[in-house]
Amino acid sequence: METQILHHPNETSPKTERISGGEAVVRCLLAEGVDTLYGYPGGAIMPVYDELYKYQNEIHHVLTRHEQGATHAAQGYARISGKVGVAMATSGPGATNLITGIADAQIDSTPLVCITGQVGSQLLGSDAFQETDIVGISTPVTKWNHQITKASEIPEVIAKAFYIAKSGRPGPVLVDITKDAQFEEFEFQYKKCTGIRSYTPVPKTELSEVEKAAEIINASKKPMVVWGQGVILGQAENELKAVIEKAGIPAAWTILGASAIPSSHPLNVGMVGMHGNYAPNKLTNECDVLIAIGMRFDDRVTGNLESYAKQAKVIHFEIDPAEVNKNVKADLAVLGDSKESLAMLLPLLQEKVHTDWHQEFKDLYQIEYESIISRDLHPTKEGLTMGEVMKEINSQTEGKAAIVSDVGQHQMIACRYADFRQTRSNITSGGLGTMGFALPAAIGAKMAAPEREVVAVIGDGGYQMTIQELGTIFQTRVPVKIVVLNNNFLGMVRQWQQLFFDKRYASTEMTNPNFVQIAQGYSIEAKQVNKREDLASSVAEMIAHDGPYFLEVCVEKEDNVFPMIPTGASVSDIRLS
Amino acid sequence: METEKKLFTVSIYTENNVGLLNRISAIFQRRHINIESINSSVSEIDHVSRWTIVVEISEAQMRKIIGQIEKQVEVIKAYYHTDEETIYQESCLFKIKSDLLFEERQIQNIIKESNARIVTVNREFFVLEKSGRKSEVELLHRELKPFGIMQFVRSGRIAVTKDEMKITQLLESFASA
Repeated sequence: METQILHHPNETSPKTERISGGEAVVRCLLAEGVDTLYGYPGGAIMPVYDELYKYQNEIHHVLTRHEQGATHAAQGYARISGKVGVAMATSGPGATNLITGIADAQIDSTPLVCITGQVGSQLLGSDAFQETDIVGISTPVTKWNHQITKASEIPEVIAKAFYIAKSGRPGPVLVDITKDAQFEEFEFQYKKCTGIRSYTPVPKTELSEVEKAAEIINASKKPMVVWGQGVILGQAENELKAVIEKAGIPAAWTILGASAIPSSHPLNVGMVGMHGNYAPNKLTNECDVLIAIGMRFDDRVTGNLESYAKQAKVIHFEIDPAEVNKNVKADLAVLGDSKESLAMLLPLLQEKVHTDWHQEFKDLYQIEYESIISRDLHPTKEGLTMGEVMKEINSQTEGKAAIVSDVGQHQMIACRYADFRQTRSNITSGGLGTMGFALPAAIGAKMAAPEREVVAVIGDGGYQMTIQELGTIFQTRVPVKIVVLNNNFLGMVRQWQQLFFDKRYASTEMTNPNFVQIAQGYSIEAKQVNKREDLASSVAEMIAHDGPYFLEVCVEKEDNVFPMIPTGASVSDIRLS
Repeated sequence: METEKKLFTVSIYTENNVGLLNRISAIFQRRHINIESINSSVSEIDHVSRWTIVVEISEAQMRKIIGQIEKQVEVIKAYYHTDEETIYQESCLFKIKSDLLFEERQIQNIIKESNARIVTVNREFFVLEKSGRKSEVELLHRELKPFGIMQFVRSGRIAVTKDEMKITQLLESFASA
């Protein structure tokens, strides 16, 4: 290891103990407080698995049915709990199968430690059986990665891996360990990593910048907040709530920011972005100050940058300096952890109400309600809508469920209509848009938070991308509730084909299997609903069921999700139909 | 101004880590930016590497890229400078038939005027070394080409900045934090 780890001078070295590299890996995980990990064994990681067998009373290894499932399960675990998710795989295909989940965690800032086995160090570079350069392959999608060839490196590298994964802006790290290093014995001792000299996880918040921010906000007539996942990752939910309440600021969220503030909060004006709410999108281009907190101005949020919030002064509260001015030029950047910076901001703010400005949001909400929301939630046509399914889930779980959604139309509907009442209740693949995310992520989420109701809401397309994880549910009996909203289409792509490709439905219609029978094959209680009158009782049965449950809801085949900002259009040009 | 392409010299101080080259070059690659030259060496600080990368891009792009480079765990600090803000050199080697050195008087003049240095001479060939700015190296190349060059190689740019880069202080502040 050539990187310099910073140690406190008064740290005492604990006693050493002679153990194998494989055992050291497990002991490191225990020392980091890991109780559950997800993975799949194979040749190059067998010495570690042999130790997991010995330590099975202390650490729970969940055998997923595919390594991608292991990463998504670890993500679900991390997203609901704030802890680091751990995934493990063998070399070669085992390692490459992790990549989609790692890329998803990288773009959605999810703390993951992935451990892969590697061929013996003497075989490196020789195209050995199941050898792949996973450090090379994972480099662009990891926050950090490292290959270990000597057992003695294991404690320090794993300590660093956990520190890097969870500190600052979190992200995935990968540690690749050659098989000989797993067998090798050495004097083990573990010290947690508390700092790395070339790495500043949280930039310092300058009081002068916070003061400038307060001055701009206090002078504003039409301020608007857009918050992102940074608020949840920084555990700054209360600070954000206090800030918007004191200064009377309407606040909107990005998809990953959902649930940080309850959906019913009077200042919560909904979601921004492509399928977000009408008011916050439109009024992004009307506000005089845009306060962005822990968000990164993704293109799905901003639409056309040339016409995004040009009239507004932009204040960007951000932990990652590389995000400042990346997409949207900030008039003022307040670096640092949002929990700290918002707490510094609060006492400097004047109490405000902005009644007229709020009315603008309410008026636009009314327009959206009449043209879209009422039809989604209270349809008069025969076919079931995705929206009414969400409404039923909301009412029967009293908004206490964590909603794990996949990618596509159902995801937009789930995020738009879920009644979030507590933070960390929205687990979805935002940045990468990974179909197949939800089923394994729900497994991880339920295991990390067994006291919570976890409902996976998935489309019929994404469900089949990781459907094999029903096997994991079968084996572990993890009581997740699975709702597949089946429209027999890759619905979002079909919607685009309808709107932008003259209804040429190229490869979007699905001939689906009997999903109920498949679930039953895994001994999972299952039911199909296709009539409105059966919906409430079926959702009730699912929620009441003690154990995993699968509910297929056959919804209208060709419904579209609106509002919509077409790609490349301005947020002002958001369409209601 | 922000969008006009310019030549920038990027100086990166890093922990000496295997694999970091991949990480840094990927940042340029994903934006389709061609690296004009790259050089890695030790720096004025023990165990700290210094990289010098030359790219031709807009300043707006340059700023974003510096942010993404600095974000890498093993990068201590990254800077970018224009040509006016640095003292820079590159070096090149020419391998030329020895006969020419004696038969073509013009070659001797070229060597003298260009301040190039003869590194070695044997019966078959001699090796000429020239350090300087790219334009000087290119001029020498143009002048020697008609006589026949057996081999030619040019190094990447190395540069020091006119301004101070306070890496030592930065490292001290990390250590005391």
